[in-house]
Parts: sequence; C-alpha cells; structure tokens
Amino acid sequence: MTIDKLETAEESVAGNGLLSRRLLLGLGISGTAAALSPNLLAAEASRFNIPSWSKQPGPGPSAYGQPSPFVADIQRDPGRANPLYPGGGASRTPLHALRGTLTPNGLHFERHHAGVPAIDPAEHKLIINGLVDRALAFSYDDLLRYPMVSRIQFLECSGNSGALFGATPPQGTAQSINGLVSCAEWTGIPLSVLLNEAGIDPTARWLSCVGADAASMGRSIPLDKALDDVLVALFQNGEPLRPEQGFPLRLFVPGWEGNVSVKWLTQLKLAREPSQFRDETSKYTDTLADRKSLQFSFPMGVKSIITSPSGKMQLQPGLYQIEGLAWSGAGRIAKVEVSADGGASWAPAHIDAQSGDKSLARFRVPWRYSGAPAQLISRATDSEGKLQPTRDALLAEVGSLAFYHFNAQQCWAVDNKGEVSNAYV
Amino acid sequence: MRMFNGKTERSLQFLFRLSAAALSCAVSPIVSAQIDSAETLLSPNLGTIVEQQEIEALDLIASAESPLPVGSGSAFQGREIYANQCAACHGADGKGGAANQPLVGGNIQSADRPLRTVGSFWPHATTLFDFVRRAMPANAPKSLSDTEVYQVVAYVLYMNGLIDQYKIIDADSLAGIKMPNSDGFIDMSAQ
Ligand code: HEC
Repeated sequence: MTIDKLETAEESVAGNGLLSRRLLLGLGISGTAAALSPNLLAAEASRFNIPSWSKQPGPGPSAYGQPSPFVADIQRDPGRANPLYPGGGASRTPLHALRGTLTPNGLHFERHHAGVPAIDPAEHKLIINGLVDRALAFSYDDLLRYPMVSRIQFLECSGNSGALFGATPPQGTAQSINGLVSCAEWTGIPLSVLLNEAGIDPTARWLSCVGADAASMGRSIPLDKALDDVLVALFQNGEPLRPEQGFPLRLFVPGWEGNVSVKWLTQLKLAREPSQFRDETSKYTDTLADRKSLQFSFPMGVKSIITSPSGKMQLQPGLYQIEGLAWSGAGRIAKVEVSADGGASWAPAHIDAQSGDKSLARFRVPWRYSGAPAQLISRATDSEGKLQPTRDALLAEVGSLAFYHFNAQQCWAVDNKGEVSNAYV
Repeated sequence: MRMFNGKTERSLQFLFRLSAAALSCAVSPIVSAQIDSAETLLSPNLGTIVEQQEIEALDLIASAESPLPVGSGSAFQGREIYANQCAACHGADGKGGAANQPLVGGNIQSADRPLRTVGSFWPHATTLFDFVRRAMPANAPKSLSDTEVYQVVAYVLYMNGLIDQYKIIDADSLAGIKMPNSDGFIDMSAQ
C-alpha cells in the first residue's frame, strides 16, 4: 500500500477539505498525516535495524499492569486543590489521547465534593428506608451474591463544557474543556430488584440517594426512573469500582447528569417528595434570563465533540482523521455530521464504533488540511431525532446565566499556521 | 457470610433465570422487562430487616418530609461557632473568603449575573440544616452537635437578614421560614 494509492482515493464531500468517509475504511489503520508522511517513512528506512528490546528479555509478568512509560503523559488533570479543602474538585479525561469508546478506569473523570473516602467494604452498608414495607440493610457480601447485569454507558457531569457558556471562548484542550465525560461497562444489580425486596409503598414518588463520603452527597431522583434502568453498580470495566468512582458501590443512572449517580452509595430513602438537597437547589440548577431556575433537569442532551484535531494541537498540511465522540441521554446516536468551513457545508461522519443505548459513539471523517484556515464543527442527531443545537440556539433557549447542561456544537478553529484553538462561530 | 439454607437455594435458582434472560438479549431494552418477570418469580432477598431506630444515626436527611432532630438555637448563640468554625473559609461576614463560596448577599433579580447564595437563591431553609449537618465545616464534617447546627444555621439566616438574632430556630420554625427565592424554581422532572 502506498501513499499514492490513498491519495487517488480521495473524494471531496464537503467544503474545505472534507473527504469521503470511505477513505481508509476497511484498511485497518487510522493513520494521521504524520504517520503517513513520505518524508518520515524515508527517514525510518535507515533505521530498520533490530531494536535493542528484541535482543534482551524484558521484565516478567506483573501483579497489576500499568501503561507503557512512553504514554505516561496520558493522564487526568486534577488541577491544583485548595489546601483548605483538598478533597473538592474534578479531574478530566484526556479525550484527545484516547481512542475507542471505553474509558480506562484510571482515566475516568472525577468530581468530588469532599474527597475520596477509603471505604472498607466489610464495614459498608446499603440501607433502604422511608416509604417501604420493611427497611433493609445490605452488606457488600450480600450484594455480591445478586445476579448482575452489565451496560456500556456514558457518564457526563452536567458541568461539562460549562465554560463554553462564557462570553469569550475559553482556550484549552478537548480534555480541559470537555473532559468531564467518560464511558465504561457498568455491572451491578438493577435497583428495582432491591427496592421491590423492601416493598414499595404506593405513595412513594421519589428516591433520595446518599453517599458515604465526607460530603454525604445527596440527590433525589423520581422513583419511575429508579425502577426503570438504574443500577447499583459494583464493577467498572470488569473490576471492582475504583475508589474515585464509588467503591464499593455507586448508583448508576443512565443518561442523566453525573451527580445523581451517587458514589459510595449508603442510603436509599423512598419518599413522596424530593429532599431538596443542597446539590439539587443551590447547585446543578440553571438560572434563565427571566431569573427562574431549572431544577431536576436530569437528562444529558444530545452532544458531540471533536477530540482530534482539537485545542492546542499543531497541524501540518496533509491528511487527518477528524475524530470525535457523540452521545445522548435520550438513547443512541443516529447520525453525526462534520463541517470544516464553520457550518457552511456538512459531511456525514462514519461511526467507527457502534453506538449503544446511552453510550459513546466514535465518529470520523477524513480531512485534508490545505494550510488555509478551517473551522471544524461536529453535530450529532440522536435516535429521538433530536439535533445537537448551535451555541446561539442553546443560548437563545437557556440564556447566558446558565452553567450546566451545555450540549451545543463546538468549533475548533485551525489557523494558517496549523494552530488549533477554541472558537465561537 | 451467610450459611447455605433453603432460602439461598431458591436464590440461586433466581440467579440462573436472570442470567439466562440477560444473556439472551445482551443490550436489548427488553432486558429490564425480563428482569421484572424473573423478579416476581423469586428475588434473592439477602438484605437484613432493620428498625428505623437502628439507622437513625445514619439517616441525615432533613426535609419537609424527613423530620429535623430535636434541638434549637439562635443566631446570637451561633455567632461564636460561625467565627470559629466557618469564617476562615466563608469570610467573617459570610460574603466569601478562602473557599470562594459566599453564604450571604446577592439578588436574583440583579441586572448582571446574580450572585446565588443561601439568602438570594436557596428555596428551602431546611436545606441549610440538612447540608450543614452532613457536610460542614468542610474540614471536619459532622463534628457539630444538632444544637450547634441549629445555632449556626440561625446565624447564617441572620447574616442574610432573614431572621433577628434572638429568633429560636428549631424543626418547626425553620420549616416555617419563607425563603426569598422559594418560588423561583421550575421542576423539569414534571415537564
Ligand atoms: C475548610 C473550609 C470550610 C469551612 C471551615 C466551612 N466551609 Fe462551608 N463550604 C466550603 C466549601 C469548599 C463549600 C463548597 C462545597 C462544595 O462545592 O460541595 C462550602 C459550602 C457551604 C455551603 C453551601 C453554599 C452554597 O451556596 O451552596 C454552606 C451553607 C456552608 N458551606 C456553610 C458552612 C458553615 C455553616 C460552616 C461552619 C460550621 C462552614 N461552612 C465551614 C468550605 C468550608
């Protein structure tokens, strides 16, 4: 396979260098311009010697595998903690450096309000009380003996991309701007099984869910949702939950803002009304232009982001894959379109990874960067037919005082020097 | 660990049925329907029945429906607790401080971006008791007695001009305080 053959396969499908998604399909590679550059290949040719690691045995098996030291820079960005309360804060997933749709457990985003508790599972209890026939307590061992189901689903903090509500485009990477979204296979017990064992009082409408962290994080969710598809999750991508994801157990509420998937879950209380916790009144509410505030706005809207090329990257003229992730709290991703000319023309993206219900989909469109400025935007449509809004449309709907649930189209501008930055169009 | 007994044997039967159902339709939406029908056949029932008194200490929910504990306090009594336990992070006057989390001030109707605080934004006074008891002070959560929580809650309300400094705050009087922005919310789950 030569570069020439690839280039003759190029077929323009939309403005400013977007190419047919058939390009590179089925070739089993997703190269970047750098990897395919003829100059680089020529330089490599002189180095086609047997490498040192082929001449000496490496270390043997290890107890818990770690990433290669050559990719040790692929990390979350925990930022600088306020020394007064070091447990608060968030770390974001390095979306720009990952492929596929599953987030490795050590890179799943975090948001804590009072740090990560060191819970001994032998001491942990899950209590169900309130409007039930009988209050129940479950130990971790009890729960491990239940039948479990597994679902591959995304989790997004409703504050993700919130900086994009700001008047001037924040500058950063796909990680720093959009990295409060991750996806994992969550394995656990359908919450309905446990609630039904306690016996649900017919007057119960809401479920208050409380964690065992120092913040005792509390959130209320409608009982209908709790009985629909919510899990008490114990496993994440096949292993017990990581402490920062709620070990030994967490709620997993598919498609809804991450904060309701209460980590370190220790209490479920059935009630007629929501508990009006601080994190469903003071926080996680959006104030509209008329000064009314949206409360219990749970589902995460249809959204897509381009993960590469993305902020702070430096491009050379040549062939790239515009790659990204799309998801919707309402279901599956039906379609993703990409524009390289700021939304003037759109090309359908290829969905590389099948989009399951409320999971991440990975999309891709080949693109030739000519060296002229470009504005890269993606927009997703979900299985409910809902199209991801433009930023203007979102602001027209919720106003500029909002902070949570930003799901509008985002633009990466590439200038004539190949520098990628965040832009509003 | 539980001993194997008659109950467990039936539970294993349930285990078997459920996993068969889950396997036969890996990602299909009918999984939950099948779980429900399997569940009505048999549920593991491995939880232990507990009395409400046993779990009282763990149940920190304080709301219109979940009663607040016995106790009371006034802002006058809470002034010192606030100065010693809260002011370092929230400022002596509650208007901000090292935590960058003001508790006082703001006006939801202000022309520019409104500052959202307990006084300007919170819809329910009971939330203040609930939150302070479960999460504050941030460096030593759950270190205050219920009486101290009532006292410091009264002080935060007093700093916001919502009560006078001798008003006794207890379960009843707290629930009776109408917060300025109590009508400011739209419940999107009902839409
Ligand atoms: C060590 C620093 C620290 C101390 C001491 C502290 N707080 Fe806080 N407080 C915080 C932080 C940080 C937050 C935000 C927590 C979060 O984001 O979840 C907060 C949040 C709050 C809130 C919620 C504010 C809102 O609008 O959502 C209240 C009310 C509060 N604190 C009251 C108190 C009281 C009363 C005390 C004293 C008993 C206290 N705090 C002591 C750091 C502190």
